Amino acid sequence: MLICEALVIEQDDFRLTADVTFDKGKITALIGPSGAGKSTLLAALAGFLAPASGRVLWRDMDLTPVPPGARPISAIFQDNNLFPHLTIAQNVGLGLRPTWHLTADERGCVERALSSVGLAGLGARKPAALSGGQQSRAALARVLLADRPVVLLDEPFAALGPGLKDEMLDLVQSTLGVAGRTVLMVTHDPDDARRIADQASLVAAGTVSAPVETRVFFEAPSPALSAYLG
Amino acid sequence: MQKSIYLPLVAGFALCASGTSAQTPVLQVMTYDSFVSEWGPGPAIAAAFEQTCGCDLQFIGTGDGAALLARLQLEGPRTEADIVLGLDTNLIAAARETGLFAPHRVTADLDLPITWDDPEFLPFDWGYFAFVGNAGAEAPISLRALADSDIRIVIQDPRSSTPGLGLLMWVKTAYPDSAAELWADLADNIVTVTPGWSEAYGLFLEGEADAVLSYTTSPAYHLIAEEDDSKVAWAFDEGHYMQVEVAAKVAGTDQPELADQFLAFMVSDAFQSIIPETNWMYPAVVPEGGLPAGFETLITPATALLLSPEEAAAIRDVALDEWRNALSQ
Amino acid sequence: MAQRAVAIAPRWPGAAAAALVLVLTIGTLAAVGWRAAWQGGLTPADWAAVRFTVIQALVSAGLSVLLAIPVARALARRQFRGRAALITLMGAPFLLPVVVAVIGLLAVFGRAGMVNSALAWLGLPAISIFGFHGVVLAHVFFNVPLAIRLILQGWLSIPAERFRLAASLNAPVGRLLEWPMLRAVVPGVFLVIFLICLTSFAVALTLGGGPRATTVELAIYQALRFDFDLGRAALLACVQFGLCVVAAAIVWRMSLVDAMGAGLDRTVQRWDLRWPVLDYLMIGLVAVFLFTPLGMVVWRGVPGLALLPAEVWAAAGRSVIVAVASALLCTSMALALALRGGRMVAITGVLPLAASGLVVGTGAFLLVYPLINPARLALPVTVLVNAVLALPFALRAIGQAVAGVERDFARLGASLGLSRWGWVGIVVLPRIRRPLGFGAGLAAALSMGDLGVITLFAGEAQQTLPLAMYRLMGAYRMEAAAGAALVLLALSLAAFWICDQGGRGNADL
Repeated sequence: MLICEALVIEQDDFRLTADVTFDKGKITALIGPSGAGKSTLLAALAGFLAPASGRVLWRDMDLTPVPPGARPISAIFQDNNLFPHLTIAQNVGLGLRPTWHLTADERGCVERALSSVGLAGLGARKPAALSGGQQSRAALARVLLADRPVVLLDEPFAALGPGLKDEMLDLVQSTLGVAGRTVLMVTHDPDDARRIADQASLVAAGTVSAPVETRVFFEAPSPALSAYLG
Repeated sequence: MQKSIYLPLVAGFALCASGTSAQTPVLQVMTYDSFVSEWGPGPAIAAAFEQTCGCDLQFIGTGDGAALLARLQLEGPRTEADIVLGLDTNLIAAARETGLFAPHRVTADLDLPITWDDPEFLPFDWGYFAFVGNAGAEAPISLRALADSDIRIVIQDPRSSTPGLGLLMWVKTAYPDSAAELWADLADNIVTVTPGWSEAYGLFLEGEADAVLSYTTSPAYHLIAEEDDSKVAWAFDEGHYMQVEVAAKVAGTDQPELADQFLAFMVSDAFQSIIPETNWMYPAVVPEGGLPAGFETLITPATALLLSPEEAAAIRDVALDEWRNALSQ
Repeated sequence: MAQRAVAIAPRWPGAAAAALVLVLTIGTLAAVGWRAAWQGGLTPADWAAVRFTVIQALVSAGLSVLLAIPVARALARRQFRGRAALITLMGAPFLLPVVVAVIGLLAVFGRAGMVNSALAWLGLPAISIFGFHGVVLAHVFFNVPLAIRLILQGWLSIPAERFRLAASLNAPVGRLLEWPMLRAVVPGVFLVIFLICLTSFAVALTLGGGPRATTVELAIYQALRFDFDLGRAALLACVQFGLCVVAAAIVWRMSLVDAMGAGLDRTVQRWDLRWPVLDYLMIGLVAVFLFTPLGMVVWRGVPGLALLPAEVWAAAGRSVIVAVASALLCTSMALALALRGGRMVAITGVLPLAASGLVVGTGAFLLVYPLINPARLALPVTVLVNAVLALPFALRAIGQAVAGVERDFARLGASLGLSRWGWVGIVVLPRIRRPLGFGAGLAAALSMGDLGVITLFAGEAQQTLPLAMYRLMGAYRMEAAAGAALVLLALSLAAFWICDQGGRGNADL
C-alpha cells in the first residue's frame, strides 16, 4: 500500500493536503481540474518536492527522506521521457542500470522489454526517428524493465490522438497492470479512467479524496466531481 | 576520445621540467629576451664559454632591460641568477639600490668613448642612440631641427623601454633647461609611442614613420645581413646619448668562481667578437680582428653624451614629467 | 522547504574551480599588495588614465553595439549561400592575438596602408590610426563580431510564432518584438564589451599614440615595470576591479544575455521585409571591415613563411600544447561551475573579466617563486592563467546549456537513480557538446596568442609562438615575424574551428 499520511504540500500560496491510501496492485486514476495539484502530488510522491509536513509510506517504510532515484517508484512525465542523444535501447537500458554499457544478458532483457511494447528491432534508433506513440512505448518499456513496484504516469499520452492514446492505455493495463504494479495515473479525461483504472480519486479544492472503485466513482459522483464533470 | 584528451595535458606538464645533471656546475645568467634568442648572441656565447669552464651556462630571458630589473626586484635576494647581464646606465642606480650585487674583479682595457670605473657593473657592449631613417630622404642635423620639421618619427615609451628612457636622457642632457620646450615641439612629429624597441622598429619598416629611435649601429644590420644600404642613422649636432650595457655578479651566488670567470670571459675576444653581428652594438673591447666590415660606414658622433647612473636617477622623474606633460597636450 | 528539483551533479569540482579562480584573481592581487612597499596613493597621471580608460571603453562598446545591431538584424532575416561560413569567420577577429591584428589593421589604416593610399589617390588628406580613434577602431574591430553574435542570438530567440502572429495582426514587428528584445539583450552585450575594453592593454600600448592614451592596465604595467611600485599596481588593479563592479552593478538589474554560440544557423521567416539591398550592404561593409585586415596578415605573412627558422615551429608546437591544455582546463572549470550553479558561482565566473592580466601574472609569480623556480613553471602557469582568463566566455556558453539540460531532464535523471558522475557522463556531457566545443575553441584560440604571462615567466627553453614572433621582431627579422604572425593566425583559427566542429559533429540534439 502506498500511503499519504497527513501529507501537506506547499508551493508559494498553493496548498494541497492528502491523507489517502492507494491499494497495492491497482491502477488508480487521479482526476481533477487543471491546476488542482495532480502533478504536484506525483512530484511529491516521486521525491522531487519535499512536503511541508506529513509522510509518504510504502509497505510501512517512510519514503519521505529517500532521494528520488532510491524510491521504489518509476515515473513517466508529460514530456522529456527519453534522452534524445541516446538510442532507444540505451534509454530503456537505463531502467535496468544507470550506465552506458550493458552485459549481453541485460541487452537481452532490453530486447524483450522492447518486444513486449511492440518495438522489437527498433532499439538502435534514436528517439527522434520514432513517432510520438513509439516514444511513449519506449518510455513504458523502460518502466517495465525498471521493476519498481510503483509507477507514476503524469499524463504521458496527452499529446497522442484518441486512437493511439487508447492503444497505449490498453498497453499499460496489459503490461503494468498484469505485472501487478501499483499505478497512479493523472488524467483529466474520465474516459481514460473508465477504460483501465480500478479506482479513481478526485483532486480538487486543495485536497486529494480517498480513491473509490471507478464504476462507483462515476455512477455516484460526489458534489465536487459533479461540478468538475459539469 | 574521452581518454586521449588527457595525454596533451600530461605532455604539457612534463615539458616544464628542464634537466640539470648533478655533476656539472650550472651558471645562471639572467638577461633580456633578445640576447637569449636564436638570433641573439646567447647561443654562441654559451657554446664558447662552456668549452673552457666545464660548466653548464643557462640563460634566464625576460623582456627587455627594464623588465630584467623588475624581475630582479621581484625575486630579491633569493634569486637563482648568478650573473645579471643587460642593464644599462640608466638602470644601474636602481639596480645598485637593491644591494644584490658584488664588486667584479676584472681589469680590462675598455674601448669606450668615456672612462668607466664602476666597481660592480662591467660593460659588455655599447652604442649611440640615433634616429634611423631612409637614405636619400630629408635628414635633420639636430634634435632641434627635427622638432622644427614635419618629419614623422616613432619613439619608445621611456617607462617601458631602455631606448625610450635613453631618448629622455638625451633630450635632458642636450637641453638641460629647455627640455620641456623641445618635447613640446617634438610632439607633433611623433606618430606614436611604442612599448618597446621591436614595435617601433617594425612600424618604421612598415612605412608608418620616416624615422625611428634606434642606434647608430642599426644600419649595419641591414647592410651586413640583408645587403641593404637604404637605412641611415642621422648625426645630430647636440651629440648622441650613449647606451652602455653592463653585467654584474650577484652577491649571493652559489658559483662565485664561475661568475668571476664569466665576467673575465665577457671582456675577452671570444665573447666580444660575437657581439657586433648578433647584438648589433659596439663591443666593449674591440676584438683582435677589429670590427666587421660594414661597421666603418656607420656615423661616429662628435660628442658622446652620458649621465652617470646617479645623475640619471636624480633627473629621471623630472624628465619624465616634462615628457608626459608635453605629449599629453 | 524550497529546493532545486534535484541536486544530482557532483558539487566539489565546482568549489575547486571557484577556489582556483579566486586564488588567481583576488589571491594574486593580495600577493602583489602584500609584497608592496606602500609609497602613497595614485598620481594625477593615474587618474587621467582612469578617465581615458572609461571614456574609450564607453565609446568602443557603444560603437560596437550600434554597428552590430543592423548587421545582426540583417543576418537574422536573410538567408543566403555562405551565411553560416560568414558567421563563423566573423568570429575570427575576437580570437586573434592583438599583435597579429595590429599588423593587419596597420596594413589597412596605417600611413602606408590601403585606406591612405586611396585617399592620396583621390587627393584627400591622410588619416592617422594612432591616438584615441585608433584605440577605438581596434576595439571595435575586435568586439563587433562578438556583439553581432550575441545580438543575433537575441533575434533568433524570438519564437517564429510571434513573427507569424505579428504578421497576421499587421502589427509593427520593430516595436512589438524587436525593441523589447534589444532592450533585454543590448545592456548585457554592452557590459561585456565595456569590460573587455576596460582591461585592454596591448591595443592602447601600440595604437594609443603616446602617454595621452594610457589605460589603467597600461598604468599597471608601467607601475610594475618602470617604478617597481607594487603598491601602486595593486591600487590601480583595485580601481579597475571597482570600475568593473560599478559597471556590472548598473547592468545587473537589466537582464543579461542568453547563451552564445550554438544555434545561429537558422533564419526566421519574416513577412515584413523590404529593402534587401540595405541589409546586404550592411553585411558587406562589416565583412570588408573585418576581413580586409585579416587578408593583409595573410598577404604579408606568406613571403615570411619560408624564412621561419626551425625554432619557430617548435615554439608553435609548444603553443598548441598550451592551447589544448588551457582549453581542457577552461572547459572543465566552466562545466564544474555550471553544474554547481548559484549566484556565487556566477560572480566567480565573471571575476576574471575584471582582473588585470598583469597583476594576475605578477601575483602568480610571487606566489610560485618561494616554492619553485618560475621559469620551470612558465608553461603550466600560462595554461592556468589563460584558462582562467577565458573562463567567463566559456562559462557563458556552457552555463546556459547546462541549465537547459537540468530544466528538461533533471527529474528523469533523478528518478532513474543516475549517480552524480553518471548524470554528468551520460546526460550532461553529450547534450552540451556544442557549447562545450565552442567554449573549448574560444579558450584554445585566446591562449594560443597570449603574450602576457609567458613573458614574465619564460626561460630559455619555453618560448611560445607569440614570444618567438616577438623575438624575431627584436632581432630585426620583421619579414619572418610576419610569417610567424600568419602561422599564429592560422593556428588560432584552426584551434577554434576544430573544437567548434568537434562539438557539432554527429550530434542528435
